[in-house]
Amino acid sequence: MSGNMNLTLKVWRQKNAEKKGELVTYPVSNISPDMSFLEMFDVLNEQLITENKEPVAFDHDCREGICGMCSMHINGRAHGPKDAVTTCQLHMRSFSDGDTIVVEPWRAAAFPVIKDLVVDRSAFDRIISKGGYISVNTGNAQDANNLPIPKIDADKSFEAAACIGCGACVATCKNGSAMLFVSAKVSQLALLPQGQAEAKQRVISMVNQMDEEGFGSCTNTGACEVECPKGISLENIARLNREFTLASILEEK
Amino acid sequence: MSKIDSKIPDGVLDQKWSKFKSSIPLVNPANKRSLEIIVVGSGLAGSSAAATLAEMGYKVKVFCFQDSPRRAHSIAAQGGINAAKNYQNDGDSVHRLFYDTIKGGDYRAREANVHRLAEVSGSIIDQCVAQGVPLAREYGGMLSNRSFGGTQVQRTFYAAGQTGQQLLLGAYSGLQRQVGLGTVEMFSRHEMLEVVTIDGKARGIIARNLITGKLERHFGHAVLLCTGGYGNVFYLSTNAMGSNVTAAWKAHKKGAFFGNPCYTQIHPTCIPVSGDHQSKLTLMSESLRNDGRIWVPKKMEDVTAIREGKKKAVDIAEDDRDYYLERRYPAFGNLVPRDVASRAAKERCDAGFGINKTGEAVYLDFASNMKYKYGKQEALVKGIQNPTEEQLHALGKEVVKEKYGNLFDMYKQITGEDPYEMPMMIYPAVHYTMGGIWVDYNLMTTVPGLYALGEANFSDHGANRLGASALMQGLADGYFVIPYTIGAYLSNEIRTKAIPTSHEAFDVAEKEVQQRIDKFFAIKGTKSVDFFHKKLGKIMWDKCGMARNDAGLKKAIEDIRQLQKDFWNDVRVPGEANEFNPELEKAGRVADFIELGELMCIDALNRVESCGGHFREESAEVGGDQDGEAKRNDNDFMYVAAWEYKAPNTFELHKEELKYEVIKISQRSYK
Repeated sequence: MSGNMNLTLKVWRQKNAEKKGELVTYPVSNISPDMSFLEMFDVLNEQLITENKEPVAFDHDCREGICGMCSMHINGRAHGPKDAVTTCQLHMRSFSDGDTIVVEPWRAAAFPVIKDLVVDRSAFDRIISKGGYISVNTGNAQDANNLPIPKIDADKSFEAAACIGCGACVATCKNGSAMLFVSAKVSQLALLPQGQAEAKQRVISMVNQMDEEGFGSCTNTGACEVECPKGISLENIARLNREFTLASILEEK
Repeated sequence: MSKIDSKIPDGVLDQKWSKFKSSIPLVNPANKRSLEIIVVGSGLAGSSAAATLAEMGYKVKVFCFQDSPRRAHSIAAQGGINAAKNYQNDGDSVHRLFYDTIKGGDYRAREANVHRLAEVSGSIIDQCVAQGVPLAREYGGMLSNRSFGGTQVQRTFYAAGQTGQQLLLGAYSGLQRQVGLGTVEMFSRHEMLEVVTIDGKARGIIARNLITGKLERHFGHAVLLCTGGYGNVFYLSTNAMGSNVTAAWKAHKKGAFFGNPCYTQIHPTCIPVSGDHQSKLTLMSESLRNDGRIWVPKKMEDVTAIREGKKKAVDIAEDDRDYYLERRYPAFGNLVPRDVASRAAKERCDAGFGINKTGEAVYLDFASNMKYKYGKQEALVKGIQNPTEEQLHALGKEVVKEKYGNLFDMYKQITGEDPYEMPMMIYPAVHYTMGGIWVDYNLMTTVPGLYALGEANFSDHGANRLGASALMQGLADGYFVIPYTIGAYLSNEIRTKAIPTSHEAFDVAEKEVQQRIDKFFAIKGTKSVDFFHKKLGKIMWDKCGMARNDAGLKKAIEDIRQLQKDFWNDVRVPGEANEFNPELEKAGRVADFIELGELMCIDALNRVESCGGHFREESAEVGGDQDGEAKRNDNDFMYVAAWEYKAPNTFELHKEELKYEVIKISQRSYK
């Protein structure tokens, strides 16, 4: 069952990190409104392979909006025109027959392009390795219910923990800042009693690593919150700033 | 009789693990630092194993094909994780979790492994909470539970519909902590393409750097495969696009036996296929069956009217609805195990009652619980007298939103329909594979030093896995089993110096990988990799899916062999080897899926009985109140089928007899 939408795609093609890239125009036809945006790209790639051309490289994996791998900048918006969805959960019914759609990779100094629409987001992992955890070795835990946690705190912590690490916040931010990402992890742990022991050291070393990776500063434009597919709130950035200030003042020299 | 030894410790079942654990040889801290362990895969099993082994002092290398270990497909698990905590005071215990898992698996799992799983289940929850995993809580601050299929207690812990995500991020944080401490070296965007064996022992891997295309050699005193399941052999499944069998299959061809390959779980509640373009199927968590009732219309005229768009689900009167699970299985109702629920949906759809255009969909309806359970409850709490139907709906909607909000949003996003107003349409889809690399009690494969953990092994779920048990098993293997059992092997390896990767075994293995890559590019065929993958998927789904029979399986084997020839003659892999090339990655994976598909059909053909997810049409009950239900054959098939790779398209069967010392075998009835 194919559909009846005909579209013009302008897709960023870049052979590798060293080569210069450019937008290349491709027509695609018979697109069904029930297709996901990535399935539309499958159609394009099938077409390119048939024409003996190289298919477009793009990141994707779970295709159900949770792994955070997909990362397309569509018509100037991270993950496309709809709010609160990842690219893989964007469906073609959100577009109209005859549309021209521009697709680019995430653009940020700290996310270099690997190929076409694929970028390197390993900076996020390095930030987490600087404190985005609670230091508890396996086998040291007490009974889970020995530590009651008010539902409201647990829920807030969960909301922050829902971040999928896709990087849309960075791609959207005019400064290429990773504050929303970092603040989500800092908040998740700051809201829980288990996270208190390392709270000061955590926020400082995660923020330092963020700066070292070349992410920009936060100027509170709030664009990140708008584009976040998981609705991570700006409140987390406020919490991070509070945690950071406190930790800096109280830091033992 | 057999080349396989399950190494199950002696003694009474409930003391086997504790006694064995305290008798496993230890490796002293100084020696641990010079022992290297390779972990392939970074899902729940891989991340938890890597973090724990590194904490213990081993040198660990972790490989994953995604751009970050946090993206492994465990992340997509929705509903929850089981643990025998008995926090709800509803009579749960280690024994009950053990019993439910064995029964749910249709008496095809090892007693000792499953009992150990149940024993460590509680520690998993403790560990995760200590890590800061925000599991759902009650207002008093205590952890919350819900029910899952195949059980009559509430033992499932959860974090909204994102339990897998939260647990994986917990394990990932533990892993990243070790990366930061320098005890784990992480290799993202790397795919394992060969196991290296020296003197019969696993000593390393060949991995392809997916960015540069360069083949790399890595040595390890032991290699752990935590590479997940092989559901993507069906092309359409709930697995991630990248989920594959390649690492497991390479190990199989290097001597690791493959256990029960035909045991596949078809999950009953997935969003139905919408067209040819479909690239994957999306699960709607089993937890929804706590509050959703599954039905199709009783009358064919209603079915026709719905398909033609003349009627909607809400127009069908209560009496004209066939709540077929409640009708057929009054004791468990909508919470029967997955295999039973899936076959029942197929039965109704095959009889013509499917409610969408393709005829392959049934309703999952929340209206009655939304209004009469949660709506009424909320009305009472809020003191609203005589609430209207609309009020009840609105009140209940808020409760349902909190429980399943993300799932409902996802459904709406994919189908364009609002499940708060209309019942969901669902149909079974491939979800999980109980089969996998055969392992002994220590989780070691038939290749010394090579281990398989989590979904990649065959060990704990028998012929059918219960909901919320996959997360439990992945984390049990990684956090609480392998860190102990690996000592049994490594304590004898302390004198083995790291072997330089210039060793000829690495030369040979790398050459094999290189030759295969060259072969793909040399074919210069006309069809894409996906073309062949879809064809394979169709053969598997039609003939080795929810129902299987002798003639169909024989035909499938023939068709797969032909497909294999066509693939190697006509596949087109564009681009080059020394660059980022997703088509090349897919080609390698599909080539392995084709070989695995054949073995699955061979195994399904061999097992002339119905058990769990494996339903042979020749083996069903006739007459009586069990008419049409699956019929096991314990006399002839109470064994694990462990297949040895002999040569292309040739496999030899080894049997591991299953002995039940504690559990009384009976017909699995949910009536």
